[in-house]
Formats: sequence, structure tokens, C-alpha cells
Amino acid sequence: MPTIECKNVSVRYITGDLKSIGLKEFVVKKITGNYHVKEFWANKNISFSIEKGDMLGIIGSNGAGKSTLLKAITGIMKPGDGQITTHGSIAALLELASGFDNDMTVRENTYLRGALLGYTKEFLDAKYKEIIAFAELEDFQDYMFKQLSSGMKSRLAFAIACLVDPDIIILDEVLSVGDGAFRKKSGDKMREILDAGITGILVSHNESQIRELCNKILWLDHGKQIAFSDDVEKYVNAYEEFLLTKKLPESEDDINELSKAYEKRMREKQEEKSRTEAEKLQAILEKGESESAVLAAFNVLKKNRPELLTKDEFTFNS
Amino acid sequence: MISKVLEKWIFTIKKYSFLFSELVKRDFKQKYKRTALGMLWSILSPLLTLLIMKIVFTEFFGRTQPHYTTYLFSGNLVMAFYREATRNGMSSLLNNSKIIQKINVPKYLFLLSKNVSALVNFMLTLVVYYLFCMLDKITFGPHMVLLLYPIICLVVMNVGIGMILSALFVFFRDIQYLYDVFLTLLTYLSAIFYRVDSFSVRTQQLFMLNPVYVMIKYFRSIVIDGVIPSPQYHLLMAFYALFYLAIGSAIYKKYNKEFVYYM
Repeated sequence: MPTIECKNVSVRYITGDLKSIGLKEFVVKKITGNYHVKEFWANKNISFSIEKGDMLGIIGSNGAGKSTLLKAITGIMKPGDGQITTHGSIAALLELASGFDNDMTVRENTYLRGALLGYTKEFLDAKYKEIIAFAELEDFQDYMFKQLSSGMKSRLAFAIACLVDPDIIILDEVLSVGDGAFRKKSGDKMREILDAGITGILVSHNESQIRELCNKILWLDHGKQIAFSDDVEKYVNAYEEFLLTKKLPESEDDINELSKAYEKRMREKQEEKSRTEAEKLQAILEKGESESAVLAAFNVLKKNRPELLTKDEFTFNS
Repeated sequence: MISKVLEKWIFTIKKYSFLFSELVKRDFKQKYKRTALGMLWSILSPLLTLLIMKIVFTEFFGRTQPHYTTYLFSGNLVMAFYREATRNGMSSLLNNSKIIQKINVPKYLFLLSKNVSALVNFMLTLVVYYLFCMLDKITFGPHMVLLLYPIICLVVMNVGIGMILSALFVFFRDIQYLYDVFLTLLTYLSAIFYRVDSFSVRTQQLFMLNPVYVMIKYFRSIVIDGVIPSPQYHLLMAFYALFYLAIGSAIYKKYNKEFVYYM
């Protein structure tokens, strides 16, 4: 039984008229027959299923419908078409720094947010210290929320949200919060949660994160499903190549081609990198005024690649 | 069947009671801005309105009916409760749009918590109301307990109308201004400072279409006249309360997942 299953899911937004035109204008438009509702399908025919323990990475450029899909899975939005079935409790770490109350203290906001996420009072009482310590806000507990920096706000949001013990976890770009040190800490925390065999969905623009954490991949583009596969490496390769060429793959062959192109490009890049490094080293050696630089190079060669020294060109008179 | 529904209800209440209490706390803090004066002000403001009305209508218009202060206060008390609960209720969804867009929680909780803080405010004013009744030499009796009935009806009706308004407010932002105009109209149509007996019987019946007036009349009947209204009158009040609650719930049920598109 799959933990999350989406069958031909389409999610619709309503745009154009109606949105904040006001009642007066609505009535006027309705009477004159000028009233139109524009629909915008943020997701069209998405199908995938993941099992317990799977980690699904969702990739796609901005406006691909990633966040909308997550909202449909968490139940905030209802798919206009298709069916989503989930088994188990869901914790969603969407971008959560908004929605706090500016005129309440850090402590009060922590409790309110915890309650919103479905924690019990006992649980929060027990975990409160841990949350504050994780967010590194020990000295700010009774500050008004508006007095915090935006980094602090995001840290608190992450600290509250990650103390969960759900069956399914959904992460939307949350692993890039705070400064470098905090990012490392939150990354470690996430890995700890994921290692417990949880089912998860990760949306990220950081491809190396997807490669590292995910075993399934879903590629969206402008609401359409480009691919769903468990060959993460190949598809992320293809995706990264797509980001350069901007040409959508239409078949399995295209994917393979893109992936190969990516690998080739990476190899070339790697070679290029080694070449420049070699050039740099050579420059240093050439500029080295004393014998010691040359001697040092010779010693390294002798130690690592002694076979080179037997060739004619390397017969040194040292 | 019924026990199953009840079980589900109890489960829901248990699940969300902590969240609800936190939301109520937040609304209180927002409202009174953590000042002792904030709370005092919410009692003072209706009293000042009362004072102005009393001076204007007795000194300038020469109204000399017995217990006029209590007559005025009853109207003001009920109207102020209705106004505060529905106006705050109206913005309850949109003000929490950031949360609703990110976290899947029952949306009526935001509305209910606004209604709780309006109710508490009303209760505070009610205490002052009783003090004024004493000053106005109103006879207290066990029948006063019946005032709980219009209060319960009002609370239920306020929630219902709050549901309708908050849903409308998500779709049409100008409802806010239109409703303010409507509230002014409603205040004048609720016979707060005038009596209705000078109108024809037909017009008096039309007044009964205004649920706020119906609640005010019940208050006056009990407090000033010491008369308990007829059973039909009780039924009418219950009808108004449940009618608006039913409409509100139906709208919430239908549009529950649509709100998020318009936020």
C-alpha cells in the first residue's frame, strides 16, 4: 500500500475577475454579462506513488506547480480533478516564517505556532526549552516578535516545525534558512529525522541536496509532469542540463541524451578544472626562485608517481 | 449513529481545544494591547455613548419615559455586542490568511475565537448594565436569569452571521464598507432610543424582521416590565439564531477549500 498516491491530480487556481474586484463591480459585471472567471491549472494530470521510507524530490523551475502540489497533498487545497490518498500523519514544513504575530512575544508565538501544528500543551511544555535552544533565541524569549531579525524568525519557525514525529514529512525549501552554521544544523536535524525511515517529499532548488537525500524524483514544468522515476541521478542530470538549454525533453531518449550531455559537460568541466590547477602549479614552480620549489615538486613525484621518474625526460641530476 | 457523531465532536473538541485557547489568548492580547486601560476602555466606550445619548434625548428632545436610561442601555448593550462580534468576525478569515495558506486547520476556529473575545467584552458591559439597573431602581427577581436565553441566541446568531460575512469578505473586499453602512442603518432600525408604539401595528410587525431588535425587545421586556415574552417569541429568537448559523455553516462547508484561492 503506497503511503502517498496521486492519480491524475489537477489543481486549479482562479485568477482574473472575481479576485478582489469588490461586490459592487461584481454585481455590475454580472448584470452587464462581463463577468468571467479565468482558471489557471497549476497542476495538470500529476500521477505518482511513493512507499514507506521513500524520499521524493520534486524539481522544476519557478512556477512549475511544486508548492501547489504540496498544498494539495497536505489538504490545504482540493484538487479539481483526480485523487490523492495519503496514509499517516503529515507534517508540512512549508515556508513558515510568515504568519507569526508581531505583537506577541517569542514565547507566546512559539506556543501558538505549536498549537497550530497540532502539538499538545504537554508536548510543548516539555519541548519548549529545546525549541528555543535550537533556534538560539535563549536571550530573546520575552522580546516582541517584531523585534527579531528575519533570520531569527525563520530559525524559530524551523525549530518549532522540525520537532515532529510524523509518518510523512513535507519540506518546501526550508533547508536554506539562516546563516551557514544554522543551515548545517538544520540539515543535520533533517537527516536525523529522515534516517528514522520516514516517508518524505522534498522541494529544493539545490540539486545536490536532491541527489543526496532522495531516491525518487518528480519533475514538473508549468504544471505538467515531465517525469517520475527512481533513477534520481539520471533525471537530475537531465534537469540540470535542461536549465541551461531550456529545451524540454519529450521522450525517454531525450532524457538520456540530456543526461549524457550533462555528464559530458561535467567531465569537461572537471578536466578544465584540473588543467587550470596544473597550470597554476606549473606557474608557481616556474616562478619559484630557489631550488626548493623544484625539489619539493620532485619529492612529491617520487612519492606519488615514481613510475614517471623513470622516463627519460624526468632524469634529474639531483 | 448519534453516538458516533457525538464521538467525532468530542474528538474534534479535544484535538483543537489547546489551539483554540491559544487563539483566544492571542485575540485578547491584540485587543487590549496588554494594558489595564485597554480593558477599561472597552467598558468606558459604551458608557460614554450611553451618556451622550441620554443627554441628547432627555435634555434636547425631552423624552420622559420611565426607566429611559435602562431602555437606552438595553438597546446599546445588545447592539454593541452584535456589532463587535460580527465586524471582528468578518475579518477573522482574511486576517489569518498567512496561516490558512500554510497550515491545514479548521477555519471556523479563527471566527469562534473572535466571538469569544466579543462575548467577554459583552459580559463586562453586562456587569455595568446591572449596576445602572440598580441605580435606575429596577426590581431584580429570579426572572432575570432568563436573560441567558437572548444571550445564547445572540452568540449563536453572531457566529452564523460572522461566518457569512467572513466568507463574503474573502471574495469581496468592499463588504467591509458596505457592512458599516448597513450597521448604521440597522442601529436606527433597532429602536434603540425611540419607542415603536407610536407606529401602526403593521410597522411594528415589520420591526420583528430585525433579529437584533427582537433580542433588544426581550431584554427590555424582562428587565423593565418584568414580563416574560410568549413561547412563540422564544421560538422566533431560536429560529433567527439557527437560521443564520445554518446558512453560515453551509457556506463554510461549501467554500472551505475555495477560500485559499482568493487570499
